[in-house]
Amino acid sequence: MASLRVLVGCKRVIDYAVKIRVRPDALGVVTDGVKHSMNPFDENAIEEAVRMKQKKIVKEIVVASCGGTQSQETIRTALAMGADRGIHVEIPKGTDESLQPLAVAKIFAKLVEKENPDIVILGKQAIDDDSNQTTQLLAGILEWPQGTMASVVEHSEGKLKITREVDGGLEDISVGLPAVISADLRLNEPRYATLPNIMKAKKKKIEKMSPEDLGVDVTPRLKVLKVVDPPVREAGDKVPDVSTLMDKLKEKGHI
Amino acid sequence: GGVITDVSLLLPQAPSSVNVAMFGCDTFEKVIRTFRLARQSMGEIVSACEFMDRTCMKAVNEQLSLSSPFPDPHPFYFIVETSGSNQEHDMDKLEAYVGRVFEEGAADDGVLATSKDQAARLMALRENIAPALKQLGYNYKYDVSLPLGQMYSLVEKVATRVRGSEDECLSLGYGHLGDNNLHLNLVTPHYSTEVLGMIEPFIYEEVAKLRGSISAEHGLGLKKANYLKYSKDSEVIEMMRTLKEVFDPNHIMNPYKLLPWK
Repeated sequence: MASLRVLVGCKRVIDYAVKIRVRPDALGVVTDGVKHSMNPFDENAIEEAVRMKQKKIVKEIVVASCGGTQSQETIRTALAMGADRGIHVEIPKGTDESLQPLAVAKIFAKLVEKENPDIVILGKQAIDDDSNQTTQLLAGILEWPQGTMASVVEHSEGKLKITREVDGGLEDISVGLPAVISADLRLNEPRYATLPNIMKAKKKKIEKMSPEDLGVDVTPRLKVLKVVDPPVREAGDKVPDVSTLMDKLKEKGHI
Repeated sequence: GGVITDVSLLLPQAPSSVNVAMFGCDTFEKVIRTFRLARQSMGEIVSACEFMDRTCMKAVNEQLSLSSPFPDPHPFYFIVETSGSNQEHDMDKLEAYVGRVFEEGAADDGVLATSKDQAARLMALRENIAPALKQLGYNYKYDVSLPLGQMYSLVEKVATRVRGSEDECLSLGYGHLGDNNLHLNLVTPHYSTEVLGMIEPFIYEEVAKLRGSISAEHGLGLKKANYLKYSKDSEVIEMMRTLKEVFDPNHIMNPYKLLPWK
């Protein structure tokens, strides 16, 4: 019964629990020697693909990552979670930090041409740039339907019923295949990489290629001018009674 | 006894590479094998070796809604944490260790945390055992040290010992393998002097037979002062008392603690 093929994207980012420090040159954050892991939303994306495979809806999961050499570790984690094979689109050191959503979307569009998946699942956004753009750009390039911010994905008769987490609440949509989905945190609880699977993953294939091989120009279109810490929170004011509070609020133009 | 008049802390550099792996083992003997392999393969980066049994895992799952990383329960769980300065080197060592564990059949299942969040969640399963047990009823708590091979046998002996009691008793254990330290707990719905009589001084006698310590890390304090004889000879206790008299002739320093009450 399993007939669908899934392409999942993952990104190696600074670990969510690390305290970020702005670089002295104010053009980015310190990444040297800092713990990196798979982008949390990408864990949800891979988990969903693996669950679909366990339910026999999907027969093959290909995981792809665009980044420097160390992105291979992230791909290995995805393989250990249950993906079948990996693709590493290697971005040379120095330019990997300036890789932007439009370039990634173009790369994935080429991978789709190559791999012919029925579903592409990406994390809804990366926790380093918080762009939340790649899925939408990819859907646009491919002219495929998209189900973004998905917290529920159900497959039935060649269509996907998706529940989206939107500002106003939840939205249910139905998309035909092939389609692009972006995973929200509430989609599932990602599994741990089991040690037997980590060992098996070492034998799974990771194909390496460059953006040039795919005919994609990854020159950034946006330039980061400055990165600064958010302003330090100032101490509040204690007031003795409600009328003073009202006066202060009016004084500061809040009411 | 002594009086602390000043404290300064020597703080080492926080390790930049911390990894946590958890194994499921079907026998305690396998726990020991997995632990020994950790010492052999990567002893220099091991920063914690903990074990817990199935009852402990069930307690944290059900009382605190912390989920197990394994789909099926195992009789025992072994957690190893490594701390080092180079993630690549540490990961290489960890992968070599894990390969050996599975080749030799020392563990039945295992997971590796791939992010700080996962590492914290695995450690939380061990760190929250005590709060979880509190929800189950009255806890009789013992902190003992025993020879490695015997560490779980005491839990089983206690389980057998309380079989005749009217109350439903849960005997369980968890602890620091690296220090031979067992936290033995018996849980009953309510406190019962009958149950207490069945396990004390039984537990201390059993520990003494195995030449362990009746208080491995929590000290003797008030509650265990009278049991010091199970770990130390009477001549040694008298010598301790004599020394204390030198510094504390008026018996005002930590009275009733540590030494048996006369």
